[in-house]
Amino acid sequence: MSDEKLVGIVLVSHSAAVAASVAELAQGLAGAGGTVPVAPAGGTEDGGLGTSAELIAAAAASVDRGAGVAVLTDLGSAVLTVKTLLAEGDELPERTRLVDAPFVEGAVAAVVTASTGADLAAVETAAAEAYTYRKV
Amino acid sequence: MLDADFFRRWMTITAASVDREAERLTALDSPIGDADHGSNLQRGFRAVRDTLEKEPPTTPGAVLVQAGRLLISTVGGASGPLYGTLLRRTGKALGEAVEVDERQLAEALRAGVDAVRQLGGAAPGDKTMIDALVPAVDALGDSFAAASDAAEEGAVATTPLLARKGRASYLGERSIGHQDPGATSSALLIAGLVAAAADTEAGDE
Repeated sequence: MSDEKLVGIVLVSHSAAVAASVAELAQGLAGAGGTVPVAPAGGTEDGGLGTSAELIAAAAASVDRGAGVAVLTDLGSAVLTVKTLLAEGDELPERTRLVDAPFVEGAVAAVVTASTGADLAAVETAAAEAYTYRKV
Repeated sequence: MLDADFFRRWMTITAASVDREAERLTALDSPIGDADHGSNLQRGFRAVRDTLEKEPPTTPGAVLVQAGRLLISTVGGASGPLYGTLLRRTGKALGEAVEVDERQLAEALRAGVDAVRQLGGAAPGDKTMIDALVPAVDALGDSFAAASDAAEEGAVATTPLLARKGRASYLGERSIGHQDPGATSSALLIAGLVAAAADTEAGDE
């Protein structure tokens, strides 16, 4: 198990604080999932609200262990920037996927699932299924 | 024929227009957006202008691909990937040619606009940059001036529309009555073609 390659998770938010906090939350709720590589990519490089292609690319590279990278985003430019980087083909690691999932619940599901050694498709499915979790 | 120098001038002129109009773009973005369109585009096109001056690419396609890449990496808002995709795809469609004609530019720009539509999912009438770009590309076969007029008319015509994409769409009917900032900056980009061509003619005399 110890040398098993885990899927990496990147959390892209307009806010650096939101991205970092959701990463902390997901890793905390995952318990043993502390071993899952998770990287926040929040805000712009100068610390403002927005999206930075460079922070996203750096975060994705930092969590890539060869098993693929699942990217979760909040909205607007975060989604569009990741899609644009994926369309280019050489700015993100191979087997990087934008996951269609709610940001907080999806991040928790993705990190917990990745901590079991699940593959990228399983992580993606688990995160997307978070949409079906009703609160009322 | 249009060479790399023409395309570099187009980007430099657009950077100057965005500088000049940045406050107006941000003001348009205040009631229906997050009041950063002018400053975001300004940062992006300044990076484009500076880099193209330092290391001018040698083909029209390379100028636009480089400009698009810089916008994606420097803008920080949704206009970065949207304008970046527009220029990058247009540049890729122009290929390696050292010179292109107006018809080739029109075809390439249509490919770029199609890529923007695919990326953002916006259709004409959604109160976005597409409302300026689609009429501009349709008129580009006639002349740059016709395309510029069509883009400007398209931007003005976004005022009564209900926003269906982006942050403005959350406002619902309150988005009505405001001209779309993205359509407005798109009209600036297309107007830059007219000015770049005028510079070419002046230089040829």
